[in-house]
Amino acid sequence: MAFIEIDRLERSIGGNHILKGIDVALEKGGFLVLVGPSGCGKSTLLNAIAGLQPPTAGDIRIDGQSVLALHPSKRDIAMVFQSYALYPNMTVAQNIGFPLEMSGTPKAQREDEIRAVGKTLQIEHLLDRRPGQLSGGQRQRVAMARALVRKPRLFLFDEPLSNLDAKLRVEVRAEIKRLHQQTGATIIYVTHDQIEAMTLATQIVVMKDGVIQQSGTPAEIYNRPANMFVADFMGSPAMNMLPGQVAGDGRHMAPDAAPDRLLPLPFALRVGRRIVFGIRSENISAEGNGVEALDLPVEIVEPTGSDVFVWLRLGSAHLSARLPATSDPQLNENLRITMDISRAVIFDGESRERIDGAGH
Amino acid sequence: MSRNEAAIATAAGPGWLNRVVIYGLLLIFAAVYLTPLFVMLATSFKSLDEIRGGDILALPRDPTIEPWLKAWGSACIGVTCEGIKGYFWNSLRMVVPAVLISTMLGALNGYVLTKWRFRGHKIVFGLMLFACFIPFQSVLIPMARVLGTLGLSNSITGLVLVHVVYGLGFTTLFFRNYYEAFPTELIHSAQMDGAGFFTIFRRILLPSSAPIIVVCVIYQFTNIWNDFLFGVSFAAGESAPMTVALNNLVSSSTGVKEYNVDMAAAVIAALPTLIVYVLAGRYFMRGLMAGAVKG
Amino acid sequence: MSHPAPGLKRGLQDWLPKLVLAPSFALVLVFVYGFIVWTAVLSMSKSRILPVYKWAGFDAYERLFAQPSWYMALKNLAIFGSLYISICIALGLMLAILLDQRIRIEGALRPIYLYPMALSFVVTGTAGKWFLNPGMGIQNTVRGWGFESFTFDWLVRPDMAIYTVAIAGIWQASGFVMAMFLAGLRGIDNEMLKAATVDGASTFTIYRRIVIPLLRPAFLSAVIVLAHMAIKSYDLVIALTGGGPGNATELPSTFMYSYTFTRSQMAVGSASAMIMLMGIAAIMVPYLYSELREDRR
Repeated sequence: MAFIEIDRLERSIGGNHILKGIDVALEKGGFLVLVGPSGCGKSTLLNAIAGLQPPTAGDIRIDGQSVLALHPSKRDIAMVFQSYALYPNMTVAQNIGFPLEMSGTPKAQREDEIRAVGKTLQIEHLLDRRPGQLSGGQRQRVAMARALVRKPRLFLFDEPLSNLDAKLRVEVRAEIKRLHQQTGATIIYVTHDQIEAMTLATQIVVMKDGVIQQSGTPAEIYNRPANMFVADFMGSPAMNMLPGQVAGDGRHMAPDAAPDRLLPLPFALRVGRRIVFGIRSENISAEGNGVEALDLPVEIVEPTGSDVFVWLRLGSAHLSARLPATSDPQLNENLRITMDISRAVIFDGESRERIDGAGH
Repeated sequence: MSRNEAAIATAAGPGWLNRVVIYGLLLIFAAVYLTPLFVMLATSFKSLDEIRGGDILALPRDPTIEPWLKAWGSACIGVTCEGIKGYFWNSLRMVVPAVLISTMLGALNGYVLTKWRFRGHKIVFGLMLFACFIPFQSVLIPMARVLGTLGLSNSITGLVLVHVVYGLGFTTLFFRNYYEAFPTELIHSAQMDGAGFFTIFRRILLPSSAPIIVVCVIYQFTNIWNDFLFGVSFAAGESAPMTVALNNLVSSSTGVKEYNVDMAAAVIAALPTLIVYVLAGRYFMRGLMAGAVKG
Repeated sequence: MSHPAPGLKRGLQDWLPKLVLAPSFALVLVFVYGFIVWTAVLSMSKSRILPVYKWAGFDAYERLFAQPSWYMALKNLAIFGSLYISICIALGLMLAILLDQRIRIEGALRPIYLYPMALSFVVTGTAGKWFLNPGMGIQNTVRGWGFESFTFDWLVRPDMAIYTVAIAGIWQASGFVMAMFLAGLRGIDNEMLKAATVDGASTFTIYRRIVIPLLRPAFLSAVIVLAHMAIKSYDLVIALTGGGPGNATELPSTFMYSYTFTRSQMAVGSASAMIMLMGIAAIMVPYLYSELREDRR
């Protein structure tokens, strides 16, 4: 039995189904990231766990007990909101102390705990300020402090980094990861940013239209996406996708974009089957010179400093390849590439689900 | 400051002539708007002889505060000759509780109607809002009967009740629109922190409500102080508010017509709202706009 | 949308919000809607000096519309209302546009145009009565300057007195309308005006073709608010003319009051109140409905 169990959870408002039977299990100390495009239901799911938006069916159990009947404050859950939701009229110390005050903690003990958590998050010098006088990053820390001070059994984060600038986002992301590792807290975290999901999570749940698309470790999600949506959503740049038809001996595919350039498949399939061939840009290299090598014209070169992304033309389609920073592809000239076919992912052309080697 | 003008100026032809015309018009209108107040004030400091002699636009030749003293303390209204001072206090005793109660209720209503919504919250609000636009003639007779039954005819308490009831729509409107923009995440956060309905209101919303409280108080103060219809209908005698007493004073036809005393009384009646206007015109304006355009 | 009332702990906390709202809502239901029904019942009764609950159908309405003074009141309302609304809007718009020309002393001028709105109508009426009084007021003053034949006696002329009511009303409300238009003007995107200038439009054209059409919501609000104020105008007439001379400045509001409380025709008075209510409802209900619908976010 997992620590957090979400069981066939549904929510609909006026015939509009926002959650359609969500099942999630999370072990104690786990870091679960709910990720998906906006409107996928991830925030609704988080609010249902918090008790802010009641589900219409299903159950949420923490430590084996259903919490549906409990008021948000009685669930022993703390939440960090996207806007931080700091009380504007209270000082930082009063903000952090508010949940303790509400639970009737004596003043002296409250002050000790505020100081302690302030120290952990390095905001001791801000305790007398008001939220309006803080920078975005500082507010974020105060919001985390207010959640932390309660020592809850579960933390919820609702897109906590989306109001920060890019540099700060990376810093705070690392901070959250450090806090998780230090405290061993159980965390459910909502984001639309797949990099956040990859870097933070021990378990990722990808959602779309109120349905879970895939649940697994970051590596599973990235390397073995369950369907084309997950493959496309996770990773930047998005996975290269080439629709086509299994041809020849069943171990090759003729891409629609260039039917004469046969691509090798990692396993044999029925000839004539419609499939989509997916390969990530880092699995295309400009080295090697085997029989499967392709000569493709370079259309765009994007140096990022650490890598060079090259956009190649394959018939009417485009492929992105991630090359080492030292490489120097020439615009409009052919580049000889090879693909690491063992890392390619094949999807069914109809169902858009991933196909494994066994399924012919 | 004006921004539109910056864009239009370039197309505006010969600059200085336009400016002269614009400023001229604005100043003429300012004079027109100020004249009645000026005449009231000037007249209130003139003796009756000077008034009969003449120019209402002239400053008093020989200023006297006699009319003010008389208006305040000894002018005859109806059968008593004790001036308007008693009625001034009546108005004050009516306005203060009515403003406080209606503002407090409005704040709570606005809180419920934005942060604790229920099915039909819009209908409830719509009904409350329409209530402040009805012509009060359509509730006058039943109200008089009910006040009579409750023993509140001709009493300040009765007027307080009336003004609270018919002010609720506006006070609710003010707070509803203000709290509508108040982030709901703060309410959620406080709920998770363990705060209940009243704690959230008292600790989170109320401390941030100062501006709208000022707007609401000023609006209600002005409206209730200036009311005439309810006053004349439900409190005609000793407990009449200032506006009713002023009208009685001015329209009583006994004896010599003392225009200077009338004007002094009128200025006294106008003074509280004028002072509020001078001190907090910005908030007064916001109240008017919110009451008119829904803000 | 917010749904903070979550969980399923059906306790006091769940009912508290409704309990808090209930007294106010009950007051409004009884004192507004209940009383309106009561007045409607009275208007169909035989009530005279006191309420009598004997059914009389639309008798009172028939008698109401047989009264010449009721027609007088309606006619006066039409004159007063149309002048009040149109001149307030014209004046308000003009002042707003003038004030929007980067006027250095705007901060000083704006409150001057607006202060009458803070005054009681009774004060305005009292001042107007003095000011427009032919014997003592402005007429006398202008004659004193040497214009012996100057005459301004509208206040005491039955055919003209209603116009003095309109003048006083306009003086009081036009600054408010100015403020509404000024707020509208300040809300117009500056870049659009720059673009129009670059496109070669003259100032006049910019106002006529772009600015004034964009002020449509302000026009609508102004008309609604002024119409509503015109129908409810009572204090101003009482203080300025007392409804006279004769019944020359009678409005439905003063008609209702005098028929109910001084002429002991309660049923007819109630009927006139219902007609007033219908007039207001015809203006306000569609307006409030559309305003409340709009913020369905």
